[in-house]
Amino acid sequence: MQIASLQFKARAGAKLADVKLQAALRKLQGNFVKGRAERMLELDNFEEIRSAAAAIRDRTLANLDVYLETFERNATARGAVVHWAETTDDVNRIVCELAARYDVKKVIKSKSMVTEECSLNDALESAGVQVVETDLGEYILQLAKEPPSHIIAPVIHKGREEIADLFAEKHHLPRNSDPAALTREAREQLRGHFLTAGMGISGANFVVAETGSTVIVTNEGNGRMTTTLPRVHVAITGIEKVVATREDLTTLLRLLPRSATGQSITNYISITSGTAEAGESGPQHFHVILLDGGRSKLLGTDMQEMLRCIRCGACMNHCPVYQSVGGHAYGWVYPGPMGSILTSTLGSLEQALDLPQAATLCNQCGVVCPVKIPLADLMRKLRERQFARGLRPWPEHAGLWLWGRVARYPSLYALLSSVGVRVLAWLGGSQRLIHYLPFAGGWTKGRDLPAPQGKTFRELYAQRKR
Amino acid sequence: MCAATAGIEIIAPAALWQNERAQCGWEHYEERGYNISNGRDEHSNTRGPALMRVGLFVTCLVDLMRPSIAMAALRLLEGAGCTVEVPRAQTCCGQPGYNSGDRDSALVLARKVLGEFEDYDYVVAPSGSCAGMIKAHYPDLFAGDIDAPRAAALCAKTFELCDFLANVLKIDAVPGRYDGTITYHDSCSGLRELGVKQQPRSLLAKVAGLKIEEMNEAEACCGFGGTFSVKFGDISTHITDRKCENLCATGAKAVVLGDLGCMLNIEGRLRRRGDDKTQVLHVAEVLAGPEEK
Repeated sequence: MQIASLQFKARAGAKLADVKLQAALRKLQGNFVKGRAERMLELDNFEEIRSAAAAIRDRTLANLDVYLETFERNATARGAVVHWAETTDDVNRIVCELAARYDVKKVIKSKSMVTEECSLNDALESAGVQVVETDLGEYILQLAKEPPSHIIAPVIHKGREEIADLFAEKHHLPRNSDPAALTREAREQLRGHFLTAGMGISGANFVVAETGSTVIVTNEGNGRMTTTLPRVHVAITGIEKVVATREDLTTLLRLLPRSATGQSITNYISITSGTAEAGESGPQHFHVILLDGGRSKLLGTDMQEMLRCIRCGACMNHCPVYQSVGGHAYGWVYPGPMGSILTSTLGSLEQALDLPQAATLCNQCGVVCPVKIPLADLMRKLRERQFARGLRPWPEHAGLWLWGRVARYPSLYALLSSVGVRVLAWLGGSQRLIHYLPFAGGWTKGRDLPAPQGKTFRELYAQRKR
Repeated sequence: MCAATAGIEIIAPAALWQNERAQCGWEHYEERGYNISNGRDEHSNTRGPALMRVGLFVTCLVDLMRPSIAMAALRLLEGAGCTVEVPRAQTCCGQPGYNSGDRDSALVLARKVLGEFEDYDYVVAPSGSCAGMIKAHYPDLFAGDIDAPRAAALCAKTFELCDFLANVLKIDAVPGRYDGTITYHDSCSGLRELGVKQQPRSLLAKVAGLKIEEMNEAEACCGFGGTFSVKFGDISTHITDRKCENLCATGAKAVVLGDLGCMLNIEGRLRRRGDDKTQVLHVAEVLAGPEEK
């Protein structure tokens, strides 16, 4: 997917004014925030599990090559074929080749953010293959021709009335806005596709080196049907998703659903190991495509901690900026704090200038992250890179330079500040509020600035001393 | 730790203790004995507060915008019997540069803070954000630097004001009086970098006449975020609106908080929204009460 993050500011402005979106984003406070907090209380040692999870991820990343090769060996032994894709284009090429090899005309997909990175659907359609998204949210978005705005709840930005309108238009059926009825309607539309598709494409929340298995964590039955009904199953995920053992997997699974959707466990956890044996039903061909897509270049750098990410979405659910503007404002596949970092690193710093800056550094993301990624610190490091490479606008550089100089010399600081606070106090007038300030229009557009009290502390303190 | 401190035990003159007792109206002074045995301040383990030399880090924002907050902090610390000094050359902790990616200039200012404050027994700031900068971020800023050990020592004795009053001095009376209900906003740095949550509430509970009504999402960011509030003014304001709605819903007369950045942001938005009634007060001002003229 093309990165369009440079328009963050403009898009964010439109999102703030979008009444429907704002109503939809309020839903985040339910299961995603309150539900998560409640489910975490079930664990009497959340912090310990979290530390263990972070350690599991670090250990795996420190020996990523070993675990990936172990995975390949064990998966191959069970009849899977493992493909290594350096770029997203490689993923698309491999999938299109597989579709051609197995003479596939229709693909059903369960939810996969990695295939969003690749724009796989476009590639398949260009190759003449029909693609049907079967996750309810993704199905809605495919009808609406929109990208997901959240990694767990892709259609969080739409209200049920909007979805009802969309279904009525696309399905040519009487309009109904009852969620259960809408779900049934989608299910009826999808049923035939499940039974006629030649290939099922899934993501993988994890791949287990020890057993050569892929794992998906889902709430809708579509994932299991996608991975078992068609004769070909292709699982696509990033290279960082490998875990060493089933034991490690269980630790991560204690945190993933709780962090993601506020559930103790999801409806389905599907572990796929190899192809169907003779006499069993299930896919005869199982391919696993592991995408690098820029991930390996984070190894050994100060951004490596980002590769711990298990894609739960808790950081965005708890982010005041995401809660305000939603996922589409961010301009690429991954939104919110994790997305700001991934867009800047898997993409480039230049393509995402606003994203690491568009954060209050409140670190709510960091404290909810189940694998302890120091998201605020990583955003700060990206700001350092931007600054070092001269990518910030000149007034910002000038302002920081000036403050750095003035604050270094106490007498200069004392002189300028005593003048400054008097001017500002005068500007505040009798109400003691400043309504407009040049150079701080971003502040005064929506807020007054309470005026200073008129003297600096150092002046008052000197008076008191006398 | 206790064995190590035995050698530097200092007994405060009885008269001084009595005098402070009278001034502060503290009931259980001797019983408490100011035993601070959490290991981080062994050098003052058996000292009375009069013998604690506290360096007050005013913070630049307080110095410029609301000096009354630092005055209140001064009254609280001196009222608790501390010897408080205010290094005259102090300016800024370096946070604006640090958070904007200008690490070099942040380090210059951090080194300045280090030189000015490292000789005190404690460094106290009426701000979770600036205390958090020192305590949570100086170790990173000084990483690999020759001054890293000195910076680590400074971190260990730096405290946010409420944390210091509640956990180090363990004061059990405050001079302030407030007639009415307040709600408390947890500022991000204080809460998530320093664990400041119960300290201000337990102190405010000692203020005569004051009642606390908790707001929804008290721990959520107010939308300030330093330069974020100017760079992304619209998003910032939107976040602040939510904070305003939550705090107004409590019906409290005032929102009390521990960081001036958040104060300016919340007050600025409340006034722009046409609310000229809800007070926005720093916890130090509420605890200390008005200055005696």
